[in-house]
Amino acid sequence: MKALYALVAVAVLFAIAYLAGPSMQVVFAVAVPYAAMAIFLAGVVYRVAFKWGKAPVPFAIATTCGQQKSLPWIRQAKVENPSSTMGVVARMALEVLVFRSLFRNTKMSVKGPGHVTYDGEWMLWAGAIVFHYSFLVIVLRHMRFFTEPVVPVATLLQKVDGFFELGVPTLYITGVTLVVAVGFLLARRLVSPQLRYISLVADYFPLFLIIGIGLSGIVMRHFMKTDVVGIKELAVGLVTFKPVVSKSIAPIFYGHVFLVSVLLAYFPFSKLTHMAGVFMSPTRNLRCNSREVRHVNPWNHPVKVHTYEEYEDEFRDKMKAVGLPVEKDE
Amino acid sequence: MSEEHPKPEELVKIDFQPPDKDWMDVPPSFKKGTYNYPAAKKNIDYLGFPHGRQWSVEDKDWGLPSNWKETVLAGMKDRLERFRSFSVFMDICVRCGACADKCHFYMGSGDPKNMPVLRAELLRSVYRQNFTTAGKIFGKLAGGRELTEDVIKEWYYYFYQCTECRRCSVFCPYGIDTAEITMMARELMYDLGIGINWALEPAANCFRTGNHLGLQPHTFKDNVDFVVDELEEATGIRAEPSFNRKGAEILFVTPSADVFAEPAIYTFMGYLLLFKFLDLDVTLSTYTSEGGNFGLFTSHDTIKRLNAKMYAEAKRLGVKWILGGECGHMWRVVHEYMDTLNGPADFLEVPKSPVTGTVFEHARSTKMVHICEFTADLIKHNKLRLDPARNDAVIPTFHDSCNPARAMGLLEEPRYILRNVCNQFYEMPENTIREQTFCCAGGAGLGNDENMEMRLRGGLPRGAALKHVRDTHGVNTMACVCAIDKATLPPLAEYWAPGVRICGVHELVGNALVMDGESEDRKARRINLRKETAEEQGGGADV
Repeated sequence: MKALYALVAVAVLFAIAYLAGPSMQVVFAVAVPYAAMAIFLAGVVYRVAFKWGKAPVPFAIATTCGQQKSLPWIRQAKVENPSSTMGVVARMALEVLVFRSLFRNTKMSVKGPGHVTYDGEWMLWAGAIVFHYSFLVIVLRHMRFFTEPVVPVATLLQKVDGFFELGVPTLYITGVTLVVAVGFLLARRLVSPQLRYISLVADYFPLFLIIGIGLSGIVMRHFMKTDVVGIKELAVGLVTFKPVVSKSIAPIFYGHVFLVSVLLAYFPFSKLTHMAGVFMSPTRNLRCNSREVRHVNPWNHPVKVHTYEEYEDEFRDKMKAVGLPVEKDE
Repeated sequence: MSEEHPKPEELVKIDFQPPDKDWMDVPPSFKKGTYNYPAAKKNIDYLGFPHGRQWSVEDKDWGLPSNWKETVLAGMKDRLERFRSFSVFMDICVRCGACADKCHFYMGSGDPKNMPVLRAELLRSVYRQNFTTAGKIFGKLAGGRELTEDVIKEWYYYFYQCTECRRCSVFCPYGIDTAEITMMARELMYDLGIGINWALEPAANCFRTGNHLGLQPHTFKDNVDFVVDELEEATGIRAEPSFNRKGAEILFVTPSADVFAEPAIYTFMGYLLLFKFLDLDVTLSTYTSEGGNFGLFTSHDTIKRLNAKMYAEAKRLGVKWILGGECGHMWRVVHEYMDTLNGPADFLEVPKSPVTGTVFEHARSTKMVHICEFTADLIKHNKLRLDPARNDAVIPTFHDSCNPARAMGLLEEPRYILRNVCNQFYEMPENTIREQTFCCAGGAGLGNDENMEMRLRGGLPRGAALKHVRDTHGVNTMACVCAIDKATLPPLAEYWAPGVRICGVHELVGNALVMDGESEDRKARRINLRKETAEEQGGGADV
């Protein structure tokens, strides 16, 4: 049901742009993308710098996933339990670039009394890796629309991505892997009763949105050809703040761009902020040397404590009776 | 126990199928044996929390203060501004579900709200509804929900079905730590005068008397004297510690259970023998006679109030540094909170072993060393006379306690010690040890009798791993470095892996230590610290 809401929402969004786009070109090709990008940038900056960033990290609450640094002859896990900044950088790099923690994933089964098994479960990790890297390559590849002369990275990726030279124009591998990986992540959510139970509309919505973006892109490239030259002019115009809209751009382009715009605008208000948040997570980005270097808490307010004097005042006679030393002897 | 609770064969028939209704529409049902009793008014009042009152979980009306909703929301706002962890963790979960089957309580109960992700959603849904733009506009569609009294009841049930063990945070791709979320939820509930007595009474006792049972100084000393006498009977050696002694080099702080509860007292005997063997200039304190910090299960301010005693006493006595005994959450507090909250301890010196000369650089700021670090260093420098054959009736495995493993990384030190004091040692399966270790299911204040069914359920993964090494290697002893483990694992082992017993690492050190002046029985390896013969000790293995 929640998935259906999300699907309908994405379909409606696409339809609006598909139908209205060609007649309201300036709105859908210029105003909306600009607004979406503005919301995206402002929203992410707000969240990182003014919401998360303003909240201090009062305690050194790193999760240690390996041997601590203690005695010199005990081998420290320098990345899983980092005591140096370099160690933290390595830990974060593994986390961000190869999803290290997700790679630990196991699937537990209770087989009987005293019999529990843990099997490696790499599908989630694989799906996530394929999806994220496909997305990244696709974004970078799109730079060929926004730059003139085209930046070399876009040209290179375009070549690599179209390596198999299937069809005309060449089929991009990442286009397919993106849709397949997101499809898998969606299927997982729908098939597993537990995952379905924890999923919110907000979990399905970005999945459908990204599938919509991917499919509309593939369809536009291979089936419903549009005015690529016009699109290139528009894209370059957008980034140089001199947008020109060609009359011959097909409706599917507006659908595609609108879904991208929605994704951008939705990003800062959703779980998609995990992209920025992963860098801010105190269980991962802190050094685990909190006994070696004092971690300072900016709001470390005073609390009422029970002093030794109060303690001795209450128990002095009893302490003296059993020969425990006391400060005051009356 | 076995009469009241389902048998293991019954208990493992766990239904992992979630209910048909959306989780927001399923109210909590408090099943006997799976919840904790509320904090008594006297303890709420004593520690200065608001709204102390007598109430019971079964009551329909929990007597929440009239402005309870505003209080909770104000409390959330305050904590979102003070803790980046809370602020970030409320926003970035993608509900990928990687954490779900990593929680021992979910594994043993099948209750979907015990998946760490959903446990956090209990709080997150209220956050979204009240603090996010999307939630304010779209409400339930954006994953928000109304804060009602049922939500508070649900929080009480499920945030006291979390032992703050942090296993889920190891697997989370963003490091979201449910312990952090549980700590916030518990603080929010304390603003309404709601807590559990098994955590709060020890906290109140620690505040007043220095230890969780509320032993007054003379009684505390009595208990130690009793252990000293028992130790003398077992070994022929009289190893009396000093108390509150000014000018000692080292202050020793250990969980108070070590002086009164079996099997923790045998660990304490191990410490006493070690100190005597080394002729260590060390003192105990009755004022800070509890290493464990029940504030960690209550609120950040309570952590600070209880922990303050350690540095205060170290300063008063003029010691050079602090040595800490075997304890789990005490070490989370010492490693991750103490220096921040109550430091800098500039009146102490960087810890240096008077025996080996080793400077514990990794503790140079906090000035507190774990007894396993201290002992491992001694063994490495060949300063102990050890006869591991004295432990030959013991076939040990090692249970990593949650906090030393995941909030510190004390993994090799205890293993190194065990390999030197025992001739055999077997690891449990790799998904159940080190940073992936499983909780005893009784931490964070949940280790009480009224919660026994939940503890047995949560003990399933640890119990299964233990049964595995018992059956494959004949393991008859599980060593650990946590006082809560020593209290909560024996019934668990009896239930899931009968025949295995629980001991501290330093109990085995004490057994293996060859001392001057030993009794003939000990010399002849006829009895251990528990005054058992080899046959009696080996009794556990023949299953």
